[in-house]
Amino acid sequence: MKIDHIAMLARLELTNEEKEIFSKQLSSIIEYIDKLNELDTTSIDPTAHVLPIKNIFRDDKLKPSLPKDKALQNAPGRTDDFYRVPKIIE
Amino acid sequence: MELYNLSIYEARTAIDKDEISPVELTEAVFKRIEDVEQTVKAYVTLTKEHALKQAKEAESLAKAGVKKPLLGIPIAIKDNMCTEGIKTTCSSKILKNFIPPYESTVTQKLKEQGYILIGKTNLDEFAMGSSTENSAFGHTRNPWDISRIPGGSSGGSAAAVSAGECIAALGSDTGGSIRQPAALCGVVGLKPTYGRVSRYGLVAFASSLDQIGPITKNVRDSAMLLNIISGHDMYDSTSAPIAVPDFTSVLGRDIKKMKIGVPKEYFIEGMDKEVEASVRIAIRKIESLGAIPVEISLPHTGHAVAVYYILATSEASSNLARYDGVKYGFRAEGKDLLDMYMKTRAGGFGAEVKRRIILGTYALSSGYYEAYYKKAQQVRTLIKQDFEKAFETVDVIVTPTSPTPAFKAGEKTEDPLQMYLSDIFTISVNLAGVPAISIPCGFTSNNLPIGLQIIGKHFDEESIFKAAYAYEQATDWHKRKPKL
Repeated sequence: MKIDHIAMLARLELTNEEKEIFSKQLSSIIEYIDKLNELDTTSIDPTAHVLPIKNIFRDDKLKPSLPKDKALQNAPGRTDDFYRVPKIIE
Repeated sequence: MELYNLSIYEARTAIDKDEISPVELTEAVFKRIEDVEQTVKAYVTLTKEHALKQAKEAESLAKAGVKKPLLGIPIAIKDNMCTEGIKTTCSSKILKNFIPPYESTVTQKLKEQGYILIGKTNLDEFAMGSSTENSAFGHTRNPWDISRIPGGSSGGSAAAVSAGECIAALGSDTGGSIRQPAALCGVVGLKPTYGRVSRYGLVAFASSLDQIGPITKNVRDSAMLLNIISGHDMYDSTSAPIAVPDFTSVLGRDIKKMKIGVPKEYFIEGMDKEVEASVRIAIRKIESLGAIPVEISLPHTGHAVAVYYILATSEASSNLARYDGVKYGFRAEGKDLLDMYMKTRAGGFGAEVKRRIILGTYALSSGYYEAYYKKAQQVRTLIKQDFEKAFETVDVIVTPTSPTPAFKAGEKTEDPLQMYLSDIFTISVNLAGVPAISIPCGFTSNNLPIGLQIIGKHFDEESIFKAAYAYEQATDWHKRKPKL
């Protein structure tokens, strides 16, 4: 497993120690998971979900939603009615 | 009997007869918490002030003749269900100070029935684990032996019920997280059918598997709570628009001629001998009540753990992408936006959550998707078909809940795969979406509880309750309490 590449995809910074431990642990987990290859699944449909559910539509009606202050109350950074984040545009 | 040991049903009856008051009951529970919580460590947050206020309100309502099933009943909630205005941490540093701006559907339903929130219980961070050792806020201990784990991830809820630190609790179950801790703590835990209970306000781990359910002192309480929390919810499109029966109405019906499937794959080499013996004796007991045991096969059982650790981690890696330090939760400073994301997640998540995010991201990444994610989904189909086939001939399936009793704290923390294998008997049920309960069925020579799992068809919790109640009434295991 290319752990640096995967960690970047997951937006997760890992220490060198974590990389070493996780690589070792994950390769034994993946080795275990490889036992799925014992099974022939060529004609088997995948199950994403156990219930036979379909898209559900509702009427496009205006309803009350979370007030701005409540939606922003947990923001780690806030300016007025906006979330504040590190500068994106150079 | 101590008030804190009452079941919901007993407390309800006593309050209705004016023998005890909601304030007395709530105070008794907090007194018990004062005495044992230092040892058990079941809670992340206690809401005493709020609870006593609710208890006083319940008391005046009760005096005014208001009747509600949970009026004045102290209940604990696993700390991954949103409670408006009350901290909900998922036992994670990343949500350490998160105060939900809305209420989950299940707790809203409990509120409408008059419940008293005692506190939020400890769990493995984001419900990822089987021992409650992955919490950022301390380890919960098993009330039967405090050197052992309570199971997980709903270890706080199960330990709190077992120790009398609440009358009942809610947990959530993605791969066994209600049933396994219930078994290891000697209480009753039910994972309802997928879609029976709304997940709105449950912090998502693996959305196609997660389900909320009751952890209680007996089967009747389980049925009473399921009555309340079930039903379709417009805020959760995966909740099923299907009628909710009165689950208590089947309690006490006889189980003569009921067909009980016993899958041979659940009695495996390496399982604890005392667990196996207790479960075999329990099956004979059920037979003596008139049911007919039938040997069945669930041939893909041995592949369930592998399927689960692809699907659950894949869904988790996607669900946990929302913790980016922008809208809520912990934020670490970074030199730019990407650096802020990377450092926030590095500092906010614990080791097991990181491990699962990495595994899930890997399984979904370009070039591996077919080999892992799709393959696992196909084997999930086979597992689901195993149950469909079995249920053509039997009414319920009976198995051990866990291959071993509670293990020692620290015993499996270094080896994640060994920890994952402790869920070997509970995971298939989530993959197939069927309901299952764990009830006490014995004790080891060390006085550790053993759990019996009863699995039912989709939306047939009634058969589970019928069988579980019949067995429970014929035995005394559920009456034993830990000495603390």
